[in-house]
Amino acid sequence: MDKETFIAQLREIVRPYAKNQEALEQISASTDFIQDLKINSANLVDVVLDVEEKYDIVIQNEEMERMLNVQAAMDIVTSKLKEK
Amino acid sequence: MSNRVVITGLGVVAPNGVGIPAFRDAIKNGVSGIRHDEQLEALKFSCQIMGIPEVSDALKLTCFDELELKQLSSTGIVYGVIAGMQAWADAGLSVAPEEAPDWDSGTVFGTGSSGVDKFREAIYKVDELQVRRLGSTAVTQTMASGISAFLGGKLGLGNQVTTNSSACTTGAESVLMAYERIKNGHAKRMLAGSTSDSGPYIWGGFDAMKVSTFKHNDNPAAGSRPMSASASGIVPGSGAGALLLESLESALQRKATIYAEVLGGNINSGGQRNGGSMTAPNSAAVQRCIKDALEQAGVSASGIDHINGHLTATGKDAEEIRNWSAALNRSGADFPYINALKSLVGHCLSASGSIELVAAVLQLQEGFLFPNINCEDLHPEILAVIDSERIPQQLLYKDINLVAKASFGFGDVNACIILKKYRHQ
Repeated sequence: MDKETFIAQLREIVRPYAKNQEALEQISASTDFIQDLKINSANLVDVVLDVEEKYDIVIQNEEMERMLNVQAAMDIVTSKLKEK
Repeated sequence: MSNRVVITGLGVVAPNGVGIPAFRDAIKNGVSGIRHDEQLEALKFSCQIMGIPEVSDALKLTCFDELELKQLSSTGIVYGVIAGMQAWADAGLSVAPEEAPDWDSGTVFGTGSSGVDKFREAIYKVDELQVRRLGSTAVTQTMASGISAFLGGKLGLGNQVTTNSSACTTGAESVLMAYERIKNGHAKRMLAGSTSDSGPYIWGGFDAMKVSTFKHNDNPAAGSRPMSASASGIVPGSGAGALLLESLESALQRKATIYAEVLGGNINSGGQRNGGSMTAPNSAAVQRCIKDALEQAGVSASGIDHINGHLTATGKDAEEIRNWSAALNRSGADFPYINALKSLVGHCLSASGSIELVAAVLQLQEGFLFPNINCEDLHPEILAVIDSERIPQQLLYKDINLVAKASFGFGDVNACIILKKYRHQ
């Protein structure tokens, strides 16, 4: 999966949680979920669950801890998909 | 410091009407909100009729954003937030700005239990070793104070934000707790009310106790029969009622519409002694609660024009009438007019007291008595105490000045509130 496709898919996953919809439209690899998209920190676990469901993967606690921005999410998902 | 306390806003999500205009019409016209329920039938409940408010997705979207709705499966929180926000808007109040909360406003919003459907989802996931998949809202929807926490955030309340719980007394208790806080000068405005989840997981326990009627599954609207000789148990209901209480000073300053004044009231318990138990009232405590409420409100028993009863449609209705009669020392044609909202909406459990108080306040303000339905065959033990014309079965327009409202709950707990029509100076 190429970078653009992943980012486009992730944008739809986080759309319901993003309080800053303008930043959502500008989403890129460096976008931070909390700082930029203003996602409530409590909702990060919901984002992770939705990502797991979309790609049929399981994300571990340690990975969850660092999944705070688009780049980290992409790295984690890409490596999980390779393991499959 | 002792403030006078008035009611300046109302909200209601009831089985026979959502929103004040619809609810007012429904109670005046004796419209029942009780329906047959396919799910209860499929689950083999003895009682397959119930009262659920009709809440459209469009209405939910006026109070919740799409993300909240995506995760929300606590019906009690949905009903309570809608009713609470209606009362807030009805009082002409606006939502606190982002920078700071409204320090002078709080809420006491009660419930019996919270988010039973969310709890069910969570329990299944935990047992399937999927605790990590509970998501972020299992706690906030199942904590008892979920309803007050939701309202506090939506309105930006900066005063006390709490949830009370005392079974079917919850709604009346919330109003008295809010009243005390304003009277004592700790808040200017308090959103009082209560809510109850709907569905089989809330009602199953009542079905098992055989306190729900099983005789009217084919005629739902006739099922809830307070004061009737053929009353055969409660019809479970659900919903929420909300009342915005405010110091008279604040209401006059804001030029708010004043529905009624809360003169006072009393809360007590029979201690599960002297005939009282977990599920039955100690009559001496009920009478004492009513008498103490009158005393605290500073009114005499002879001044009460109307009683909004607890009257659940069980074998206890006649005992309640005898208790009112003894406490007020009034009987026969001298007994106040009395009505039972449960004939129209069923027993809305922890929400019952607040929904019934909303009805009582509407009657006071406009001067009417909604009709009692399903009591064509009044119970002979009731007729032995009071005249049948004191139990209106048709809509009556009457100027009412003082109302006594009581609620009683499991645990042998009682609450009685005295409301007065507010007459502008």
